[in-house]
Amino acid sequence: MMNALSAAGIARRVAEDIVDGAYVNLGIGMPMTVADYIPDGREFVLHSENGLLGMGPAPAAGAEDPDLINAGKQPVTILPGGSYFHHADSFAMIRGGHIDVSILGAYQVAANGDLANWALPGPKPPAVGGAMDLVAGAKQVWVMLSTHVAKDGSPKLLSRCELPLTGLACVNRVYSDLAVIEISPAGLVVTDMVEGLSEDELQARTGAPLTFAVDCRRLVDET
Amino acid sequence: MIDKRYTDLAAIVADCADLHDGATVLVGGFGDAGVPEHLLDAIRVLGLRDLTIVSNNAGSGDYGLARLLKAGCVGRMVCSFPRSSGSVVFEELYAAGQIELEIVPQGTLAERIRAGGAGIPAFYTATAYGTTLAEGKETRSFDDRQYVMERAIRADVALIHARQGDRWGNLTYARTSRNFNPIMAMAASTTLVEVREIVEMVDPEVVVTPGIFVNRIVEVGP
Repeated sequence: MMNALSAAGIARRVAEDIVDGAYVNLGIGMPMTVADYIPDGREFVLHSENGLLGMGPAPAAGAEDPDLINAGKQPVTILPGGSYFHHADSFAMIRGGHIDVSILGAYQVAANGDLANWALPGPKPPAVGGAMDLVAGAKQVWVMLSTHVAKDGSPKLLSRCELPLTGLACVNRVYSDLAVIEISPAGLVVTDMVEGLSEDELQARTGAPLTFAVDCRRLVDET
Repeated sequence: MIDKRYTDLAAIVADCADLHDGATVLVGGFGDAGVPEHLLDAIRVLGLRDLTIVSNNAGSGDYGLARLLKAGCVGRMVCSFPRSSGSVVFEELYAAGQIELEIVPQGTLAERIRAGGAGIPAFYTATAYGTTLAEGKETRSFDDRQYVMERAIRADVALIHARQGDRWGNLTYARTSRNFNPIMAMAASTTLVEVREIVEMVDPEVVVTPGIFVNRIVEVGP
């Protein structure tokens, strides 16, 4: 019986890998929830590209401040030690390699680290935001996938992305509900996988060849 | 005596040679934070046509930028994220083919504006290299990495929302309402500013936008 991780389980696993003192940018949606699982004793400084370092949690109902929002335009708070700055400085932090980790969602990731996460076919106007800047500039780019495969069962991890690219060879690691996969010069290396899932079963859900770390860890959802 | 203060919104947009049909206008703000809503309403009344608007988002609801779009004043939008929830007016115009759109990665947009204000005509960035947003652009390799050349943005007018200002045009901002406002203030021939409060003098140690970048300011209240 396979025990896929919940969204919270994935967020908790990601948070485990962020070192004390890291400057981290969390993408809109699922990546934002990583902030809820910061391990005891560690301090991360969250960067929000609209001009905020030291982003704190959402304010209590009634305490929202329209001048204090995150990149997803949601009300947030600022923690002690935080600061405000304008957009050019904010993206100098990103482009200049000052952000340790950028954590994003994705439609597709390729075995060479190519990322597609900004455009789907359709009539809607395109919208890119800061994704291309983050993947080009952050020291590490990690992708969170709420499900290892798409709704139709097709793999999100592929030999080549089919959707429009956000960046080339930019993703370092992928965290899905089934596995943690390092993107190395040799391809995809599985470092963690959930209990009850065989190597063949994971390979069958992945569109590029996998290798398995000798010390591959079994993941259990503790959330 | 230098005095950049204007009495009201009608006065601040009157007799401004840079506000004309076809003008390029920088509009500060990110989402609903730091958007110069009052100035947007004031220029809408002028009935200009074929404006190019440079702004991170494309307006939401039926106020501010969305109202300017609805009034048919805008021919072209340059922005990073026009698809915010509530961006209905823009999406309708786009679907009807009534507005041009240039999508720019957010950091590239910010740096193009900063470069415009700093007198730098173009720069190289790794952002968007190898993507559809870099198609047709010059590329170059530095230290074994590929970069895309991006041109600076200069505008006729910038519309800015700030927290406090003084008669010299020195400005401060409120928290994340700062966003694009300080860099846009630098990159236009005429910079118009709405401030929540005009004060006698902004403390020089906390000035974010020095008055040299500002032409006219008006108080609009909190």
